[in-house]
Amino acid sequence: MKSALVVFPGTNRERDAERALTLVAGAKVTKVWHSETELPSQTDLVVLAGGFSYGDYLRCGAIAARANVMAAVQAHAKRGGLVLGICNGFQILCEAGMLPGVLVRNAKLRFVCREVRLRVERADTPFTRAYRKGEVLRIPVAHGEGNYTADEETIREIESEGRVAFRYARPDGEIDETDGPNGAINGIAGIYSETHNVLGMMPHPENYIEPAIGPTDGRGLFESLSSAFKAA
Amino acid sequence: MKARVIVTLKSAVLDPQGKAIEGALRSLGVAGVQSVRQGKVFDVELAGNDKAAAEGVLKEACDKLLANTIIETYRVEFAE
Amino acid sequence: MNLIPNTPRITPELVAEHGLKPDEYQRFIALIGREPSLTELGIVSAMWNEHCSYKSSKVWLRTLPTTGPRVIQGPGENAGVVDIGDGLAAVFKMESHNHPSFIEPYQGAATGVGGILRDVFTMGARPIAALNALRFGNCHHPRTRHLLAGVVAGIGGYGNSFGVPTVGGSVGFHSRYNGNILVNAMAVGLARTDEIFYAAASGVGRAIVYLGSKTGRDGIHGATMASAEFGADAEEKRPTVQVGDPFAEKLLLEACLEIMKAGCVVSIQDMGAAGLTSSAVEMGAKGGLGIELDLDAVPCRETGMTAYEMMLSESQERMLMVLAPGKEAEAEAIFRKWGLDFAIIGHTTDTLRFVVKHKGLVEADLPIKDLGDQAPEYYRPHTDPQPRPVIAAKDVPDTVSLADALEQLVMSPDLCSKRWIWEQYDHLILGNTVQKPGGDAAVIRVEDGPKALALTTDVTPRYCEADPFEGGKQAVAEAWRNLTAVGATPIAVTDNLNFGNPERPEIMGQFVGCVKGIGAACEALDFPVVSGNVSLYNETNGKAILPTPTIGGVGLIEDLAKSMTLAFKAAGEAIYVVGKTEGWLGASAYLFTVCDREEGAPPPVDLVAEKRNGDFVRSLIHQELVTAVHDVSDGGLLVALAEMAMAGNMGASLDRPHGIPAHAFWFGEDQARYVIVAAHGQGPELVRRAEAAGVPLMKIGKTGGDRLALPGERSIFVETLRDRNETWLPIYMGASA
Repeated sequence: MKSALVVFPGTNRERDAERALTLVAGAKVTKVWHSETELPSQTDLVVLAGGFSYGDYLRCGAIAARANVMAAVQAHAKRGGLVLGICNGFQILCEAGMLPGVLVRNAKLRFVCREVRLRVERADTPFTRAYRKGEVLRIPVAHGEGNYTADEETIREIESEGRVAFRYARPDGEIDETDGPNGAINGIAGIYSETHNVLGMMPHPENYIEPAIGPTDGRGLFESLSSAFKAA
Repeated sequence: MKARVIVTLKSAVLDPQGKAIEGALRSLGVAGVQSVRQGKVFDVELAGNDKAAAEGVLKEACDKLLANTIIETYRVEFAE
Repeated sequence: MNLIPNTPRITPELVAEHGLKPDEYQRFIALIGREPSLTELGIVSAMWNEHCSYKSSKVWLRTLPTTGPRVIQGPGENAGVVDIGDGLAAVFKMESHNHPSFIEPYQGAATGVGGILRDVFTMGARPIAALNALRFGNCHHPRTRHLLAGVVAGIGGYGNSFGVPTVGGSVGFHSRYNGNILVNAMAVGLARTDEIFYAAASGVGRAIVYLGSKTGRDGIHGATMASAEFGADAEEKRPTVQVGDPFAEKLLLEACLEIMKAGCVVSIQDMGAAGLTSSAVEMGAKGGLGIELDLDAVPCRETGMTAYEMMLSESQERMLMVLAPGKEAEAEAIFRKWGLDFAIIGHTTDTLRFVVKHKGLVEADLPIKDLGDQAPEYYRPHTDPQPRPVIAAKDVPDTVSLADALEQLVMSPDLCSKRWIWEQYDHLILGNTVQKPGGDAAVIRVEDGPKALALTTDVTPRYCEADPFEGGKQAVAEAWRNLTAVGATPIAVTDNLNFGNPERPEIMGQFVGCVKGIGAACEALDFPVVSGNVSLYNETNGKAILPTPTIGGVGLIEDLAKSMTLAFKAAGEAIYVVGKTEGWLGASAYLFTVCDREEGAPPPVDLVAEKRNGDFVRSLIHQELVTAVHDVSDGGLLVALAEMAMAGNMGASLDRPHGIPAHAFWFGEDQARYVIVAAHGQGPELVRRAEAAGVPLMKIGKTGGDRLALPGERSIFVETLRDRNETWLPIYMGASA
């Protein structure tokens, strides 16, 4: 699998993503600077990593969403290529209009870094095949603006189209909105584009991949991606 | 009575947000922008019609909460 | 070039406003043989103030052990450097930002973090972890909540955006910090031992380059302010607050590491306190060279800045470098790529003069050595504190049951869980956090392992107040113990010495006592001091803070697989205490929290026992004979056991002590102790080894169940303890858990 890791000024989890892509997915990773206008040829997967692009000074993800490289990322997605946005990457995808909705400040108005439980909503996409539907994962979050929201109609649409990827859950898998880390509507932690080839998520699977460090529930996502391309 | 309170960083204080936005406008090809400084706007509804009293209330609101007067300054506009 | 302009005239008032004492001013005049210009007065006041010159502390700091087989760079550079093998070095330092954080907690703390990160990457190291040590006023003081919320948000706001995990720290409350909070920030970086960069300039006629953000009127006289006692006019000093830009700093980090790698850098110094002045002077003085600056070339954010303002500005995220000849274009291209300002603003000379030119005038022409490494230093008068009486256990009433006392302790402001704080810090970024906040020490993997670094910050101010010498020793010993408890070999220390006004002999006495104690402990424990910072004048209206010499300890773990945590792991395992328990309640957390008494001598620290007991515990960890280890400190044995139970979500049944009153046994704070849990069936082996090593070892119970079962007392559910421990801070901060 060839993956392009997009780096904006202020991106800071690119090393974490690169480690997960190489270690778990066995991917070849090329870093792509924000000012580039093209992706490396035959890119299978584009990853927008976490961080504070441009300091997140206007709105989170807003300035990065308008950087040169994003036109190429949009074109890649239109061709059906896979795009994964984690944390700031998710915020950028929303600001760029590649995913619906917006991520606003956490309900408690504080940055939160802690392990949460995520329920896998479907296990039939290239991002989640190594998981089971309904499986509950331990994955950490680390964000100040991860409170997913959208207008009612949009929410109805993404719910009815099965576009919710992960929800914040209790250990038994039940959704408890009051218990979530950020107040996201319907406990939404990650969503897909209409064609399920673009995934944006707030939690950091790339930080839970090595037994020497801690839990490894994040591996499944990268294993899924890897097998998606082995099969192809 | 309606008033608008505008809070901005004092002119001598570094405005990292404004600086980043300014840079982004330039790279988007929006020409002619020399500098950007950002701030916050509060639309406030006040009881009564005494402008002098309202000014006092808003000054208190700004000094106590709306502005961090160590680094920010504010001004008040009243709706006509 | 015209002569130095001499307006305004330098009056005694102006000299006093710059914080220079009349004799210091006379010394300065004698040195230059004429009246100084205003810019020169500003420069000398910045360089000779306490913050930059360490004039009151230097003679004592020199007594600390600073060398060792691993030490590559000791104190005096931007940060200390220690060899950790495999061609790698740990680069670290701790620094205070106390006064700015009291005035504007968010920006004060944020720029404190920014400053210490810069110190580390200036040396060529990529920051891999941040820690802090915070002290606030009494929790009932009206400003405490606001200050705590602001400082925590500021530390998180900067570190999270910059992209360094904030993995540990300590937080305490006491009314003596009501008017002077402490914000000590520590950063740790990783570099190759053959790619370390230093401040000392070399080579005559080399270009001096300014990098990073533009210069504004931020924090002019911030460094002077940081050494001035607060009076009622603290409000007036407000405009000097600096605003941090972590985004710019992240770019500065990447750009600096890139141009270092490209071989462009001869020497580098960050612009911290006293900005351009101190960075330029230090480069020249350390390198034995003169420096000539042309301020017309300095990138400015505001118009009409004077030489005085440019020389004293503390705008953040700026660096000064001497470039390798012929590398200017390459360096500039890298900086432009990262969108940072880059300007050649001067050159090195062979005159040993510090010359500053602006708009065709020489604004300053001063001898550089006298400003820098030959600045004045004082041997200030100091008096030893009155020794406090030893309090016998029988003189402390035990009217509160053990269970009630334990509950009170685990929900006290000092001992409660600090989760509400550290969850606001990204402690996982970079993917190497093996032990996150909440344990004895943070453990951070080095590159891809198996090596790791253990990191901690410690000090017990109430001990230092009671007996500075023992308190100084204890701060070091506790850091050493915390590193040992996770299986690390302690390798070096950074210190941040926070005290009141050194011109008062009793405060200077505290300082001297603590430094002597630190020195004795570092010597005995092979734990050299490689960097540090002194913050004096932490007092308001004559009321000083508790003496607070924070110790930042760094330890090395050769193999992550043999590190240890404090959580109980399995039921039915025997629990032992290592070290002698005598039931010392003087100056203890029990006496303070349960009895509301602040008195008595603190527990003495037997450094020989510390070393012996610690080495014993570490060897048990490495040979996999124990399943859990925890250092015994504030609150004594029972608090340590409660913490192990909460972490492991498992109880224990405890044995009745003999010969010592129960409250003194369980809550006494005798030093050099650890609680260890024997791996199944290894109890006899532990006893044999302890006897052979001459280490006191006593069995005190076994793990299992859902509660702490105390002999002859009500037992406490682990769940109840956790609830008490976890909810105090969120409720105090007005948040739902």
